[in-house]
Amino acid sequence: MKKLINSPDSVIADALRGMAAAHPSLAVDLENRVVSRAGGVMAGKVGLVSGGGSGHEPLHGGYVGYGMLDAAAPGEVYTSPVPDQILAATKAADHGSGVLHIVKNYTGDVLNFRMAAELAEDEDIRVVSVVTNDDAAVEDSTYTAGRRGVGGTVFVEKLAGAAAEEGADLDTVAALATRVNEATRSFAIALHAGTVPAAGKPGFDLAENEVELGVGIHGEPGRERGTMQPVHDLVGYALDVIHADRPIAGDQLVMLNGQGGTPLIELYGAFAEAVAWIEGHGGTVARSLVGNYITSLDQQGFSITVMSLDDELLRLWDAPVSTPALRWGR
Amino acid sequence: MAFDVQTATAWITASEAVVKANEARLTGLDAAIGDGDHGANMARGLAAALANIAEKEPATPGDVLVAAGRGIVAKTGGASGPLYGTAFRRAGKALGDATEATAEQVGDALEAALTAIKELGGAAEGDKTMVDGLAPAVAAFRQAVADGGDLASASVAAADAAEAGLAATVPLQARKGRASYLGARSVGHEDPGAASLALILRALAEVTA
Repeated sequence: MKKLINSPDSVIADALRGMAAAHPSLAVDLENRVVSRAGGVMAGKVGLVSGGGSGHEPLHGGYVGYGMLDAAAPGEVYTSPVPDQILAATKAADHGSGVLHIVKNYTGDVLNFRMAAELAEDEDIRVVSVVTNDDAAVEDSTYTAGRRGVGGTVFVEKLAGAAAEEGADLDTVAALATRVNEATRSFAIALHAGTVPAAGKPGFDLAENEVELGVGIHGEPGRERGTMQPVHDLVGYALDVIHADRPIAGDQLVMLNGQGGTPLIELYGAFAEAVAWIEGHGGTVARSLVGNYITSLDQQGFSITVMSLDDELLRLWDAPVSTPALRWGR
Repeated sequence: MAFDVQTATAWITASEAVVKANEARLTGLDAAIGDGDHGANMARGLAAALANIAEKEPATPGDVLVAAGRGIVAKTGGASGPLYGTAFRRAGKALGDATEATAEQVGDALEAALTAIKELGGAAEGDKTMVDGLAPAVAAFRQAVADGGDLASASVAAADAAEAGLAATVPLQARKGRASYLGARSVGHEDPGAASLALILRALAEVTA
């Protein structure tokens, strides 16, 4: 598999150097691998930190900036960051009013963030953690590690970030993040697996007529294999699963996300199907994102994330944001 | 023989070598039911453990294991970093100030490692995790010591039990970690964490022989 890299070992360092050069609004700590805002301390503001394995760009570094995150900690490809690195990000995000950790529910992320939170408390930084788990593909039961945190994480980072920018305190921001997570569901379908640079070949094999239904964001196989169908049917399948888990009604925020290897023309086609499905079920698409927002390297496929909007969530969504990947109103 | 600084350091050195030699196999096991990075992560983590031991120059076998654990936590990431790192750190602390730990004390240290992994990861035996290798290994080690065995024979018993535990993970359905998302499709594969654990305990048996 051809990759536009120097070597698998240098992928992350090279990408961080590029981010630093492309975005003067970011401070990129190449040694600790922390991406933070260049602006310095903002007295009284709650800090927001997220992080996770690399390969999901623009998540999380692309969401550092006004109205979203204060700092991000990118780990190795598909591997969570380490506690010292998350601690460095937490310090970079600390403006003296506590720090919110936004953690996707994957065992490695949860464990490393938990250890980092303890280290931060030792340095008198108050940390509250919110674990996202919006993936409707996984049963939350004693038989699994729980639902995975996927596309809904983007909504949590945007909405909690807007609340923090308005001056809300740590407990209020954390409660909002929890509310957003609970109001959000996602489902993903892969057509072709992504390739981890160090592995050099796709993470799983799909035949020409097969799709992976309920795939996670790390190339891990989903809950079952299905047959390839027109986009109308694939989008319908995804929304049926979400709807059965949490009914889709009223005003919706919808993200039609590409996994990194699917062209925008196909994503727009999928989004048209999603709008038709939601309107056919009596809902309204009030706000939307279409594009690559939480990817799996070069994986082909899409995910749909939907959230029911109320007045407060709509206002926070429309609030100004200025990051490399999301930018409006400012 | 006793478990001293040289033996403890030799254990970590041998563990790094055997994991490095098996990196592709561990990664292959992980690709089948996880995300395919266990081999690379463990190789990186144990190399960091060795580097930290070299830097800290620990004076007791307990401090060797603590230094190893800290190195692993600092560089590994994923779930295996906190789990293995905390396991080595707690095992080291359980050895206290002893300069030459007895077989019984090593048994206590292995038990402390098992407790740490269970607490942090929330896994029990039968969940298809490294606990399925370590739990029977700790029991076998203690039984061997109770039967009058020395460090060498107890370590062989532990390694044998860990390998049997690894084989027993094949028919299990995962209930923890990333493999749990596969449900019934996780059946029929060795657990990668139990596989690396078996390699590390076989390394202990070899350096104490």
